[in-house]
Amino acid sequence: MEPRRTSRAVIDPKVRQVGFFTATPPPPPDPIRSSSSFPSAPLINDISPSGNSLSPVMIPPPRHPSDSLVLRRPPSPLDSDFYPPPSPTTTASAGDMSDDVIVSPPGKAGGWPSLKNPQSAAASVPSGGFVTAGLVKVASSVPATGLTTVSVVNLPPGISEKAGGAVSVEVQNERPVSSKPLKEKTSKAERRALQEAQRAAKAAAKVEGSKTSIVAPSNAKPTKPGKPPSQKNDNVTTVAASEKKGGDRPLEKERKKDVPHPRMQYDDKSRVEKAKRRSVVKQTEARNIVELFRHLPQYEHGTQLPDLQSKFFELDTVHPAVYKVGLQYLTDLCGGNARCIAMLQAFQEAIKDYSTPCEKTLTRDLTAKISSYVSFLIECRPLSISMGNAIRFLKNRIAKLPITLTESEAKATIQSDIDLFINEKIIVADKVIVKHAVTKIRDGDVLLTYGSSSAVEMILLHAHELGKQFRVVVVDSRPKLEGKLLLRRLVEKGVNCTYTHINAISYILHEVTRVFLGASSVLSNGTVYSRVGTACVAMVAHAFRVPVLVCCEAYKFHERVQLDSICSNELGDPNVISKVSGREDINYLDGWANSQNLQLPNLIYDATPSDYVSMIITDYGMVPPTSVPVIVREYRREHWV
Amino acid sequence: MWWRSASFILDNSRNPVNDDVPPDSITISPPPLTDSTAAAAPTLQIPNFNRNMSMSAYYQTRAAHHGVVTSDWLAQAQEAAAATGAVDGQEDGGGGTGGRAFSVIDEFNSWRKQPDLAEAVAAIRALAAVIRNSEANTMMELEIELKKASDSLKSWDTTSISLTAGCDLFMRYVTRTSALEYEEFNSAKCRLIERAEKFGEISCKARRIIAMLSQDFIFDGCTILVHGFSRVVLELLKTAAQNKKLFRVLCTEGRPDRTGLRLSNELAKLDVPVKLLIDSAVAYTMDEVDMVFVGADGVVESGGIINMMGTYQIALVAHSMNKPVYVAAESYKFARLYPLDQKDMSPALRPIDFGVPIPSKVEVETSARDYTPPQYLTLLFTDLGVLTPSVVSDELIQLYL
Repeated sequence: MEPRRTSRAVIDPKVRQVGFFTATPPPPPDPIRSSSSFPSAPLINDISPSGNSLSPVMIPPPRHPSDSLVLRRPPSPLDSDFYPPPSPTTTASAGDMSDDVIVSPPGKAGGWPSLKNPQSAAASVPSGGFVTAGLVKVASSVPATGLTTVSVVNLPPGISEKAGGAVSVEVQNERPVSSKPLKEKTSKAERRALQEAQRAAKAAAKVEGSKTSIVAPSNAKPTKPGKPPSQKNDNVTTVAASEKKGGDRPLEKERKKDVPHPRMQYDDKSRVEKAKRRSVVKQTEARNIVELFRHLPQYEHGTQLPDLQSKFFELDTVHPAVYKVGLQYLTDLCGGNARCIAMLQAFQEAIKDYSTPCEKTLTRDLTAKISSYVSFLIECRPLSISMGNAIRFLKNRIAKLPITLTESEAKATIQSDIDLFINEKIIVADKVIVKHAVTKIRDGDVLLTYGSSSAVEMILLHAHELGKQFRVVVVDSRPKLEGKLLLRRLVEKGVNCTYTHINAISYILHEVTRVFLGASSVLSNGTVYSRVGTACVAMVAHAFRVPVLVCCEAYKFHERVQLDSICSNELGDPNVISKVSGREDINYLDGWANSQNLQLPNLIYDATPSDYVSMIITDYGMVPPTSVPVIVREYRREHWV
Repeated sequence: MWWRSASFILDNSRNPVNDDVPPDSITISPPPLTDSTAAAAPTLQIPNFNRNMSMSAYYQTRAAHHGVVTSDWLAQAQEAAAATGAVDGQEDGGGGTGGRAFSVIDEFNSWRKQPDLAEAVAAIRALAAVIRNSEANTMMELEIELKKASDSLKSWDTTSISLTAGCDLFMRYVTRTSALEYEEFNSAKCRLIERAEKFGEISCKARRIIAMLSQDFIFDGCTILVHGFSRVVLELLKTAAQNKKLFRVLCTEGRPDRTGLRLSNELAKLDVPVKLLIDSAVAYTMDEVDMVFVGADGVVESGGIINMMGTYQIALVAHSMNKPVYVAAESYKFARLYPLDQKDMSPALRPIDFGVPIPSKVEVETSARDYTPPQYLTLLFTDLGVLTPSVVSDELIQLYL
């Protein structure tokens, strides 16, 4: 790839002047610079006074249409009779909205034909109107200099949270402190408005309360004593949020400050509350929370989508392309690379339609914009590590833009950067991985794979194209059964396949000669963070002395260290464990949510210790798991930061 | 299970001559059968060996033959060269630079004859000769020419890891040295040649460095097990002896080319107490061993080593008895290979004489080396310092990426 480390002469044996042998000690090696330190430079810039120069009175540029444009917009195919666009400004909409949220069954998702087909969806969403409307809000809603100052000061934590994701403790300490000033400096009128809204909402909620518990789909019985307050609170906060949105708050700034940390500890009450208050997506907390996983977000599944759909016209801060991706996350889009590419392309769209509000600099405002998009996406589904890396890359690129560029040039640069990232780090990387991995497939091999990994699929298909004689064992597991899709595609291409479930892993491994696995991420200690069940497959393979090859693009590497699958994970819908589709007779767990004693943890990922991994195939070649930190150290610094 | 059969025990007691023969050939070829087939169909692999010789005499003669110098390996390689050299010549005739490529191999062979010169160094010297004789006018031309030469060298002997690694290393250096650094092409060329010349000295120096580094690990009264003949290990033990360390060395025999005998000869000259073991006595003696020292044909990316057959089992035994296994290898043996298991390498074959004619129906494992995974190695002594196996990949990434 690019030339690097030019200084090093190859022929010299790098005599590292060990011990007594040489007289002159070498210059101390670079301390491993954790990349979390890089945002420090932009941070300092951010506090520069130029950011405070917003005038108290802002005249919206004439070319922006007014707010009402949203309502006058010709109806798009997305408009359905079920979701009359509520006007964003009225406080009275609170009742309607919560009603709407609860009554609309999740099945309505089917009413979104465009979701299945990203291209057509993109075409069918007239994007221009939304963005400009959103910009008007931002531009016209700056009430006082005091506030803007605060938000500017608060910007750094928002960024550093993203970047220094590895050090959650530090972030935890930092957050409450950083959010305080904003509280104090909100104007009196605003505080009053907020209080009033809450009061009104509380009254409304009381009325709704009874209705809620009856209509809610899975909550057939009265909720347990501990919970009602939180649910009520939920209503209140959404009302408050919607009101704020309608009002004159610089919502975006607030949001960007409160971008939930990708690994926010959800057992921290105050922070969860805070995050919830800002959240766009209404999330109903799950009821039978598994105690061990209290720190992870646990929301009832299926409630977000209809809610989001109904709110389509209120979310003026979210670009439609981003919005679309968020909805896709909630429905059908899965797979690390697919999610990451979709997100980056949505950002590209958003940047294309972006124009810097006057009195702002592109670098800072665009970063804030991206942050708000990211927070929206997190609310839809927690970010994967690869997406976190991609976002970090993007923000760095934005921050490093030369100040001399014009807006269109800057936008073009960033867009091409994103293209480059997608191409170089994902698409070409996969090709390189395939090239390397194929050398490890010999004639007569029996390859085992688990779940469905795009990289592994490409490897198998390519090896088949090369005419290698091998057999594939696809191992799958409930509840997602992703392996079936892979199996279908392999069989279509004429690969000789065996399909089995993970229960039979120890039986089937007798005949296997290689195990190929995909990964969501590889952490610094070589731990492979991947679809739940991968660790089991790897361990059994290790016990059978079958080499385990993990295929993972280097952009998914992360400097974090994780020892178990508990401290960071994602919880899926517990209902899919309790129900078996197509088997009505297995209904022993119906109404399980009413039992206090029963908790169903449905983890999405698990961590495979590096001992069980023989080799990691990445775009930098085949490396042992112990070399992951080397790659993170050597390349992150040069290419991404 | 066949190895639990009574006949196995019977054969074993009846046939003490075949003590060091792998068990499968013992069981599958009981003595009467061997005799009959030997008479009926003498096999190609072992044409001339007198199996009726008594054991002690047998070892004595072998020691007498191989104690001085082991030339099996070299002779075999030259045979192979004669076979593949013809192919090379044809290819080069098509390419048009026949004379050049041919001289590379000649050059390489002439350098290789020197007993103290490692293969990688010989390769680099040969490549330097290519530069010297080159009529190229630009860096690009030179690079292409070099690439051709190194490819022909590599294909000439695909089994030699250090040859491949040496070629790669030098090519890497050339491609990284752009002519822009120097004012003109000729000075760049001179610089490259100078580099290549230096490399030989460096490789000798590397052995010294390794020997010095290892001294901290050899303590008085220790017992060291060594396997095969390695110049680095010899240098290391020599230095220890010169430093007046008191230690004992157990040498394995190093079948089939008995390189261990040669090492024991060399050590005996230094007045180091040496004991010879047959290869299968490693586990038996492991309890009195304090550390294992081995050399390496190549150090691979996982941090494991590819070395003479038998290293893996020694490492396994040592690991299970919690004895440290130290590897002494120069850094030019680091290769960008990643074998997943024993069979995942290009095989290096070598004929083995079992002392008896082997019936043609019996297969013989002739692989000359095995792969020792990194988890069984304790430390690697290299000229880059004392490394844990996982650092090898680090160094390789820095070198090649």
